[in-house]
Amino acid sequence: MSLRSNVLDLRKRKREVQKGGGDKAIEKQAKMGKLTARERILALLDKNSFHEYDLFVEHSAKDFGMDTKVLHGDGVIIGTGTIYSKPVCIFAQDFTVAGGSLGLMHARKITKIMDHALKMRVPLIGINDSGGARIQEGVNSLAGYGEIFFRNTLASGVIPQISVILGPCAGGAVYSPALTDFVFVVENISKMFITGPSVIKSVLGEEISMEELGGARVHAELTGNAHFFAISELDCFEQIKKLISYIPRNNDRKAMPFPPKPPKKGKKIEDIVPGDPRIPYDMRDIIKSITDSSEFFEVMEYFAANIIIGFGRMEGDTVGFVANQPMVLAGVLDTDSSDKAARFIRYCDAFNIPIVTLEDLPGYLPGVDQEHAGVIRHGAKILYAYSEATVPKVTVILRKAYGGGYIAMNSRHLRADFVFAWPTAEIAVMGPEGAANIVFRKEISEAENPEEVRQQKIQEYKQKFANPYVAAAQGYIDEVIEPRDTRGRILHALQVSENKSVFLPNKKHGIPPF
Amino acid sequence: MTEEKELKTLVVQGAVYQTTYTWKFENRVNWEAPNPNHIYSFIPGTIIDIFIKPRQKVKEGETLLLLEAMKMQNQVRMPFDGEIVKIHVKKDDIIPKKHMMLEIKPARIR
Repeated sequence: MSLRSNVLDLRKRKREVQKGGGDKAIEKQAKMGKLTARERILALLDKNSFHEYDLFVEHSAKDFGMDTKVLHGDGVIIGTGTIYSKPVCIFAQDFTVAGGSLGLMHARKITKIMDHALKMRVPLIGINDSGGARIQEGVNSLAGYGEIFFRNTLASGVIPQISVILGPCAGGAVYSPALTDFVFVVENISKMFITGPSVIKSVLGEEISMEELGGARVHAELTGNAHFFAISELDCFEQIKKLISYIPRNNDRKAMPFPPKPPKKGKKIEDIVPGDPRIPYDMRDIIKSITDSSEFFEVMEYFAANIIIGFGRMEGDTVGFVANQPMVLAGVLDTDSSDKAARFIRYCDAFNIPIVTLEDLPGYLPGVDQEHAGVIRHGAKILYAYSEATVPKVTVILRKAYGGGYIAMNSRHLRADFVFAWPTAEIAVMGPEGAANIVFRKEISEAENPEEVRQQKIQEYKQKFANPYVAAAQGYIDEVIEPRDTRGRILHALQVSENKSVFLPNKKHGIPPF
Repeated sequence: MTEEKELKTLVVQGAVYQTTYTWKFENRVNWEAPNPNHIYSFIPGTIIDIFIKPRQKVKEGETLLLLEAMKMQNQVRMPFDGEIVKIHVKKDDIIPKKHMMLEIKPARIR
């Protein structure tokens, strides 16, 4: 055989395998409104950048007639490529091949690319579209999942790990995404659950559709398992690319700097916030009035919307924002919002992204449901995360900073590097209404006209304590600033914090309240 | 999910805030003190046997019915000496969690 015919033979073999599960299965995939695994990779990565490995890997199962079956690539595609010219490792499960089911060789391909990503210190993107464990391979498929989970954990905080759910992801398979940094879901396509509707119905008698049980909206809004919600696969890939532009390649680096740009001219920052602390506004408008080009890339937009987390740039550098949202539940902290913020703070800390905290909250959400849901241990997460974080930490108090909420939102006491307050800030153990009722209880109850006295005492307390100057007198806040100087002050604070170094007690790891 | 919502009120420490609610907050279950005379299912499942009748006197610890869930036959027992008042389930019923199965009352203390 000449070299030429060898090459032709290789091409023929490649073409054969690259068809995955064949025309019929591909047609079925398209009917479900889904791209194929290969189309997905090509749509996500830079043009002509994808290189595939382990194309000719075959499954090793012998039982249940599997020895006569050919599964191209064993149902998963792995490789390397670039996004915005920066390297990434990627795997995509191929639903057209045996439903993307995970067997030994399938898992071995995934762990191979995971090992590669960790060794080369580049981000890992996993596209999940699989019916679950390949039952015919028995315990070997369980072993495969375990090996993946272990590597997810090992790589956590070293390289960014991104999971994209583009099909079913059920049973044990859900735990790989759950261990990664960011999970992307797409409406009508993503389905995640531990036990599916049919099992739930047969065992427990509860009837529910797949979409209602573990659809994209459920995970984006209710469970908090997903971080990004997209309306189509292409929309999802755009979001992934955007995220990649904001985060560093690994924990030794900083995010790629962009050309600095001023915020867009819009509503003046002091006109966004109403004077009465009980009237809401959209905190996102404040964030956009201080970020470059007024751009803000929100994470977990629909889950626990009473706190806002996400990325923006200031003078070209990535900044992580954590901000109370007075527009939703008055911006209170509760179990979900504490959990949401705490994990984001730890993400930013692990990947050298400075944290800017914008504060305006009345405290923790009262209620039996909250207490019984464990608001103590969930609320503790945010304290832990802020205290532990050693990246530059800047806080701006816009209006309310009451009680436990004041301490939790990156206060000086948790080692914020800079704490600024607007003149409208109210830093106190609780709001004037609650405080007056307690401090002046006797005067109010004994008065001839209790309501009148109550209002009077509320005003008295407000005048005396509901301002930033009591805390400023103690040095708990560094400076009372004019609202329009907010961006400038944060920028300067970040600039002088650039070489921040702190020494923590030596330990293997802490024991955070999770 | 981002449409304009009508403002509602939330009271935190005496102050009334204008804001919007989340789906979870709106659908939270109000807490009620448990009634010791009501026996609820603690897990969804199937009633596979009932051993008692209304007005029957039962000693503490006696098995009242079997609730099968997750392939386990759970014995539901009498929490104190007393009497069966009403039975809300029958054999082979598939019931959800927190479904009231029995009403009971304690024996009169002599």
